[in-house]
Amino acid sequence: MYSKKVMDHFRNPRNMGEIPDADGVGTVGNPVCGDLMSVHIKVKDGRINDIKFKTFGCGAAVATSSMVTELAKGKTLEEAEKIGRSDVADSLGGLPKVKMHCSNLAADALHAAIEDYRKKKKAER
Amino acid sequence: MWSWVSECVGMSRTKRIYMDHAAGRPVDPRVLKAMLPYIKSVYGNPSSPHSFGQETKQAIEVARTKVAELINAEREESIIFTSGATESNNLAIKGVAYRNKDQGTHLIMSGVEHMSVLNPCKFLTTRGFKATSIPVDQYGFVNLTNLEEELTSETTLVSIMYGNGEIGTIQPVKEISQMVHGKNAYLHVDATAANGQVPIDVREEGIDLLTTSSNDMYGPRGVGALYVRKGVRLGPVTHGGGQEWGLRSGTENLPGIVGFGKAAEIAAEEMPTESKRLEKLRDRLIKGLLDPVPHSFLNGHPTKRLPNNVAVRYSFIEGESILLDLDARGVAASSGSACTAKTLEPSHVLRGIGLKHEEAHGSVLFTLGKQNTEEEVSYVIRIMPEIVKRLREMSPLTPKELME
Repeated sequence: MYSKKVMDHFRNPRNMGEIPDADGVGTVGNPVCGDLMSVHIKVKDGRINDIKFKTFGCGAAVATSSMVTELAKGKTLEEAEKIGRSDVADSLGGLPKVKMHCSNLAADALHAAIEDYRKKKKAER
Repeated sequence: MWSWVSECVGMSRTKRIYMDHAAGRPVDPRVLKAMLPYIKSVYGNPSSPHSFGQETKQAIEVARTKVAELINAEREESIIFTSGATESNNLAIKGVAYRNKDQGTHLIMSGVEHMSVLNPCKFLTTRGFKATSIPVDQYGFVNLTNLEEELTSETTLVSIMYGNGEIGTIQPVKEISQMVHGKNAYLHVDATAANGQVPIDVREEGIDLLTTSSNDMYGPRGVGALYVRKGVRLGPVTHGGGQEWGLRSGTENLPGIVGFGKAAEIAAEEMPTESKRLEKLRDRLIKGLLDPVPHSFLNGHPTKRLPNNVAVRYSFIEGESILLDLDARGVAASSGSACTAKTLEPSHVLRGIGLKHEEAHGSVLFTLGKQNTEEEVSYVIRIMPEIVKRLREMSPLTPKELME
């Protein structure tokens, strides 16, 4: 059902947790659907310096969250914004068809965190 | 499906623990032994008048008697062999509905029935029938007041399961039967999950039609039966050569039926001791899964439940994740979470007992069987708190104070 890579990220998630003084936070999904993800980012010189996630959901939901943090870490905000759902799924060696939509929200959570960061920046000015 | 998972996470173990007997059971070696001659060397068609046919006819009638005896059916002719519980449920519902259309076109079922009851009823609503679903309470018991209100002179069939495979709840069948018969309707009981685990007496309990399946009592797959009380007006769903008194045409599944008969015979002998053993394991597992973990709950009723059914739920985490973590440690279980379903909807049974979507998502179902031991139960009890802790640490829903 799941690729070895998905299972690896599910069993050994990378960058799990929260950043207390995060520069941007993005939360997507909802517990009613069975998937809820939050991504915290720390930005330095226009790059994602640190990133952490927390996820409620199935194996695919956890694995995509973990993978998106790996893909985004060290990237400029512009580069990170280009990371899409299919990039996450491809990097995991694919996802089961039924999981492609419901549990592949991690890229959306990342984009929401970046948007939150930009909004806060704008407000500071 | 999950078997390779353990390899890739580097688990060292030799033994796997199977606690998903509601999904499928191993075939008892004694059943297999009884079946083998009917795969290897005995092959006549039971409808044939020659000795080859009469040999197999005889074997089928022996099996029929065994299946009849397990539920105390009045005569062996009341047993119609089918391809399994789904076909039996379809035959009972469509067979009664069509045959009694002159009496009425109203059907009633409970909201927590198996899909093979709900979907035939739903289908019939596109063919001029009306179907009413009766709600259940928080334990999964059918609301009897509601049932009484919905029963009319138009009602021909009520379909209520004996025991629920997902939450274990055993219905008050006799009470339901009296109510249904008071309105001159037939009572169909889906006993797939219960038969072979709890004593069923179709005469004493007033059951008109009863679905039972072979694999659910360690017989082979692909065979089941429908009990039909003498005098019940039932029509066929499968038309053909007229086997099974014209109610289920098709050449009989000889080895399957022989195996089913043997499985029923063994179930009748061993049920009293085995069910007692399972109840003890069940209650220990329930206590061990819930006591050490805050925000954990039992699904279904604490005592009026199937001897092998352990259904629990944990807040803030999701069922498929729990199953994957259990499997990584060698334990096979099941969940009513949407994420494990083809439909991506949480189980209608868990929704039926009033659980919110987010509550239903955290459900885990262990269904015990013959080969499960005290040691296996101890192992599951030991690993579960660690699994819940890991997933709660990951979940943004977990209250902070819970992890401190």
